[in-house]
Amino acid sequence: MSEEDNIKQQLTEKFAFLSEKITVKRARRIFADIPLANFPEVFDYAVKQLKFSILAAITGLDEGATLGFIYHIARENGIVLNLHTSTVKDKQAIKTVTGYFPAADAYERELVDLFGAQVEGLPQGNRYPLPDGWPANQFPLRKDWNVEMLDKKEVNKNA
Amino acid sequence: MHSHDFQIPIGPQHPALKEPESFLLTMHGEKITSMTVRLGYNHRGIEKACEAQSYIQDIYLIERVCGICSHSHATCFIQAIEEIAGLAVPKRALYIRTLIAELERVHSHLLWLGVAGHEIGFDTLLMYTWRDREVVMDILALLTGNRVNYSMNTIGGVRRDITAEQKQEILKATDTLEERTKYYIQIATEETTIIKRLSGVGMLLYDDAVNLGAVGPTARASGVDRDIRRDDPYAAYGELKFNVITDKHCDVYGRAVVRVLELMESYKIIRQVLADMPEGPITVKAPRKIPAGEALSRYEAPRGEDVHYVKANGTDRPERVKVRAPTLANVQVVAHMLKDRYLADMPIVIAAIDPCFSCTDRLTSLRDSDSGSKNYMTWPALRSYSIEWHRKQGIDFSDLNKKFKVPGN
Repeated sequence: MSEEDNIKQQLTEKFAFLSEKITVKRARRIFADIPLANFPEVFDYAVKQLKFSILAAITGLDEGATLGFIYHIARENGIVLNLHTSTVKDKQAIKTVTGYFPAADAYERELVDLFGAQVEGLPQGNRYPLPDGWPANQFPLRKDWNVEMLDKKEVNKNA
Repeated sequence: MHSHDFQIPIGPQHPALKEPESFLLTMHGEKITSMTVRLGYNHRGIEKACEAQSYIQDIYLIERVCGICSHSHATCFIQAIEEIAGLAVPKRALYIRTLIAELERVHSHLLWLGVAGHEIGFDTLLMYTWRDREVVMDILALLTGNRVNYSMNTIGGVRRDITAEQKQEILKATDTLEERTKYYIQIATEETTIIKRLSGVGMLLYDDAVNLGAVGPTARASGVDRDIRRDDPYAAYGELKFNVITDKHCDVYGRAVVRVLELMESYKIIRQVLADMPEGPITVKAPRKIPAGEALSRYEAPRGEDVHYVKANGTDRPERVKVRAPTLANVQVVAHMLKDRYLADMPIVIAAIDPCFSCTDRLTSLRDSDSGSKNYMTWPALRSYSIEWHRKQGIDFSDLNKKFKVPGN
C-alpha cells in the first residue's frame, strides 16, 4: 500500500464519516472534504498524529452560498493533505489555526480581507492586504464583487 | 511598554527598505523590544484579474507577480494547469524549464549577495557580484530574449528550444560564474569583516524556524533540511543529482553561506541538464478549455517554497488562482529575528530573508479617483499628462525640448 493510501486509511479508520470524502489525486496529493463541525478534530489529528507539520497555504473560495477553505498541509517528504471545509456566507465562522501554525496569521487575514471570512480566535493585529481605509463589506475575491462597486472617494477619504 | 520605551515607524517609504512595507518598532534605547509588520502596499489584485482572463493570458500576468522569480511563478502556475488537464509534458520541455529555473536562481542569489554587501557597507561586493550577475543575465537574454520575464513557459511545454550553440555559451558562462562564485565563497567564509558583521545577527534557531514556518535559504540556514526540488520533485529535478545545502549558524552569516553554496549546486544542475537533455518535441497541444478540477503546485523559488492552487471549471478561464509567495512565509520570522537586537541591524536582517513584497502582495486596476471610471492611459497620453503636471508645478522643459529637437515637441 502506498503511503498516500495508508494516510487515507488512517483517516477513515479514525473518522468514519470521511469514508467517501478522501481522494488521492496523484502521488503526494490527497484531497479531503471535511464537515465544518468536525474540522477542528480532523485538523488536530492530521497535524499532531499524522505529522503534517508544514502549513503550505490556506486557499479561500467563493462557492456561491458558502465560502470554501482549503488548508494545504504537508509532510516533510512532500505529501500534501488538502483539507477542504466550508461555511455559510456571513453566518458561520472558521476557527483560527494560528495555535498550530503562527504563520497562519497572514493567511487568515487574507481570508478576512478578500473573502469576508469570519475567523474565530484570530489575534488582534494589522489587516492584510487591503488598505486601512478600505470600505466595509467589500470583499474583492467574492464572485459578485467587481471594481465598479468600489467607492474610490471613500477609500481616499479614509486613507 | 515601559514609560521610557518609544516607538519608531519605519516605512512604507524609507531609505533602509527596497520595497514598500511598514514596520512599527518599539525601542528600549537602541534595542528593539517588539515589532509589528504592515504589508499590502504592493497588492495589485492579480488573483482576481486571473479569473477574468484566459489561462494563456494568465501565464503572462502570473509571470509579473515578481520581477525576479518570474519563471518560478509561471512554472508553478502552469504545473497546476497541466496536472488538471492531464497533459504529458515532453521531457525536453521539463529539462528546459529546469535550466531556466536554475539560471534564475543564480541571478537571484548573486543579486542578493550584492544587496547584502550594500546593507553592511561593503559596496565593493555589490559592484563585483552585480558585474558577474550580468554574465547570467546575458545568457537568459540569449535563450529567452529577455533579462527578466522570460516567457519560456506555455501550457504543455516551453516556447523556445535550446540549440547546440546556445549550450556551448551556457557552459562557458557557467565556468566563469563558478570560478567567480568560488571567490565569493572564500570571501564569505574567510573575510573577517563579513564574518564579524553577520555572525549572531538575526538569530533564528531551528525550532523557531520550524514553528514559525520559515522557508527556503532562511530556513535552511537554521538547519531545516527542506527543499521542494528534492522533497516534492517537479520538472526534471527527480532525475538530477544535487545536494540540499543547510547550515547551522542560524544567523545572517549562515544565510549568506547557504546562498553562495547553493550557487555551486545550481551550476552542477545546469551542467547535468545540458548533458542529459533528451531530444524530442518541446510542447504538446493543450486544450483552450481546461476540464473542471483542482491542483496544488509547489516550487522551490530562490526565496523558498512557492505555492499555487488552481481550480478549473471547464471553461477557458480559471475559477480560482491562489498564490502563496515565499516572502509571506518568511516575513513573519523577521519580528522574531529582530527582537532584542540593535536598530542598526534592521536593514541587513530584513535583507537576509531576501524579501520580495511585490510577490507577497500580488495584484490592480487604474481608476480615476474623482470619477471612479476606469482609465487606461496610453503612453503619449501619460507623457503629456506628466509634462502638464510639471508645468503646473512651475517646471517647464518645452524650450529645452525645442532647442534639442526632442521628437514630439
